[in-house]
Amino acid sequence: MVKESKVKKVTKGKKTAKMEEDFWELRLYVAGNTPKSVAAINNLKKYCAEHLVDKYKLEVIDLLVKPQLAAGDQILAIPTLVRKVPVPIRKIIGDLSNEEKVLVGLNIRPVKK
Amino acid sequence: MPSKSNKTALKASLPKTPTGISGLDEITGGGLPKGRPSLICGEAGSGKTLFSIEFIVRGATEFGEPGVIMTFEEKAEELEMNVTSLGFDLKKLQKESKIRIDHVHIDRTEIEETGEYDLDGLFIRLGYAIDSIGAKRVVLDTIENLFAGLNNLGILRAELRRLFGWLKEKGVTAIITGEKGEGSLTRQGLEEYVSDCVILLDHRVANKISTRLLRIIKYRGSLHGTNEYPFLIDEDGISVLPVTSLQLQGIVSTQKVSSGIPALDNMLGGKGFYRGSSILVSGTAGTGKTSLAAFFANATCLRKERCIYFAFEEPPLQIVRNLQSIGVNLNTHIESGLLQIHSARPTLNGLEMHLAAIHKKVKAFKPRTVILDPITNLVTVGTVSEVKSFLIRLIDFLQGENITVLFTALSLNTVVNEQTDEGVSSLVDVWLQVRDIESNGERNRGMYIMKSRGMKHSNQVREFIITDKGLDLVDVYLGQEGVLIGSAREAQLLSETTGAALRTHALTQKDKEIQRKRMVLEAKISSLQEEFDSVQDQLNKVYVEEDLKKEIMEQNRKQLTQLRTSHNSDHGKRK
Repeated sequence: MVKESKVKKVTKGKKTAKMEEDFWELRLYVAGNTPKSVAAINNLKKYCAEHLVDKYKLEVIDLLVKPQLAAGDQILAIPTLVRKVPVPIRKIIGDLSNEEKVLVGLNIRPVKK
Repeated sequence: MPSKSNKTALKASLPKTPTGISGLDEITGGGLPKGRPSLICGEAGSGKTLFSIEFIVRGATEFGEPGVIMTFEEKAEELEMNVTSLGFDLKKLQKESKIRIDHVHIDRTEIEETGEYDLDGLFIRLGYAIDSIGAKRVVLDTIENLFAGLNNLGILRAELRRLFGWLKEKGVTAIITGEKGEGSLTRQGLEEYVSDCVILLDHRVANKISTRLLRIIKYRGSLHGTNEYPFLIDEDGISVLPVTSLQLQGIVSTQKVSSGIPALDNMLGGKGFYRGSSILVSGTAGTGKTSLAAFFANATCLRKERCIYFAFEEPPLQIVRNLQSIGVNLNTHIESGLLQIHSARPTLNGLEMHLAAIHKKVKAFKPRTVILDPITNLVTVGTVSEVKSFLIRLIDFLQGENITVLFTALSLNTVVNEQTDEGVSSLVDVWLQVRDIESNGERNRGMYIMKSRGMKHSNQVREFIITDKGLDLVDVYLGQEGVLIGSAREAQLLSETTGAALRTHALTQKDKEIQRKRMVLEAKISSLQEEFDSVQDQLNKVYVEEDLKKEIMEQNRKQLTQLRTSHNSDHGKRK
């Protein structure tokens, strides 16, 4: 938490410069093409394109294809979004329909429109 | 594993999966419902996790059914560590792909919920684990933890319902554990979803001694025992002990075994006890109950049969020493491996633990005779009715194995009719009573047979004596003064021998007198004979004289006649 708050403070001061150093490594676990999964992928892609331009790496994992990966990230619910970087690991489950919650959960400072 | 004789007795109405937990399969008539989820609920520390792990391990090692443990509480390493003490090597089993442990970690702080979701991730993980080793058994321990990690109860409940349906579809036999809630079996009402088989584990403490209990609340489509069955957890896992065997069936033997005391055998119709019978020796303190028991043990070992002696009062060495003083050398039997003496204070653990310990030792040693000395001490750890139930189960078990069992019981009450001895008297086949008989300022032991099923037995009170050479029973003396025992009996016997000696002495005296009299009489007879002879002689002489006289007189007369005639002629001549 300390680190996060530091980041926040820094981003306040030198916004553009620091933002480039921050990097989000995200993983989205889905299971097939269920409406929830599709919604989650679309939602996430939208948020990233909006707020994390060039500052993220997104990996979509279909557990129907690679079920052995479920245990590694302690996946229970589908869809689950895992923020691997920056630490600590955070998880957001659900179809990510609530933008505010997602951004708070991932600790992304929204780009003002 | 224990015999599953009951399994065949009960009709298998439903395919079942044996748990391998000793005793449980007997109660459930074969195990848990195959291909369906069962719920195991209970308070914290009631043994749910262990129960389920044993189910998986036994399945993997004994029934060739791989299993998956999905734990929501402990990490895999912790779980492995915890059950190592029970001899379960989960690591090895995992390496051999016989089991799989998946730890599901839910941390509410790192999870944010937004929008619709489902638990497909869990399904996929479980499905993957099941498919990777071809599992037939699944444990979810404790799935209720999901409720702590996720907020959306509506989704959770729907997903759980789907999960149990999915498990059925998968055809795996599953155990779901659940913490006991207030007023319901589980906190989250899991029993609503899992309704085929519900087993409740309980843990009660009475008199500072804890007893674990198991009860099958529900078993759809199957007969099952409905009692609360005590169970224990020890170094071999869980064992459930049926309170009573379902049927009163046992092997009945007509063979008899000696009690080790010939006089007692005689009282029991000449040959002793029936094999496989239960014998109760009760009596007040210091009446020689232990000695009797040891004699029986000794006799068993002398027949080259094995015997286990459970002592609740004395340590083994003390028993051996004490019995040496009455001429029984138990040491040789211990060394030759025919005898085992196990000593434990009754307060060491609860009755169930004792029973299980006895079960286990008997199963391992396979004795023909078991001795419990004394059962009365067990009351310190349980109520009378508990002890009774303990003994019923023990007798049932031992009779099923055709093992002769001898209990000793201390009776504090000297009124015979009130000595019910934990109420076992109706359970036992033979009841020997040893008691003090106090008279003439000394204490003696008397023994009699209160009952002996199925054999002619003496109704006599015998005096029971303990000497350097061993035990013996002697007839009490029934004299003019009543029943005499101890010194009084000895005195009576002595006075009798004295009397006998005196009598024989008197007899010889009389004999001599008679002899003498006879001699006198004989002498008299002979003198009379002499007299008679002389009289006869005299008489004869008279006769002869008479005859002679007659003859002579005849001759004389003839001569005279002759003379007269010749004289006449002469006379004429002269004339």
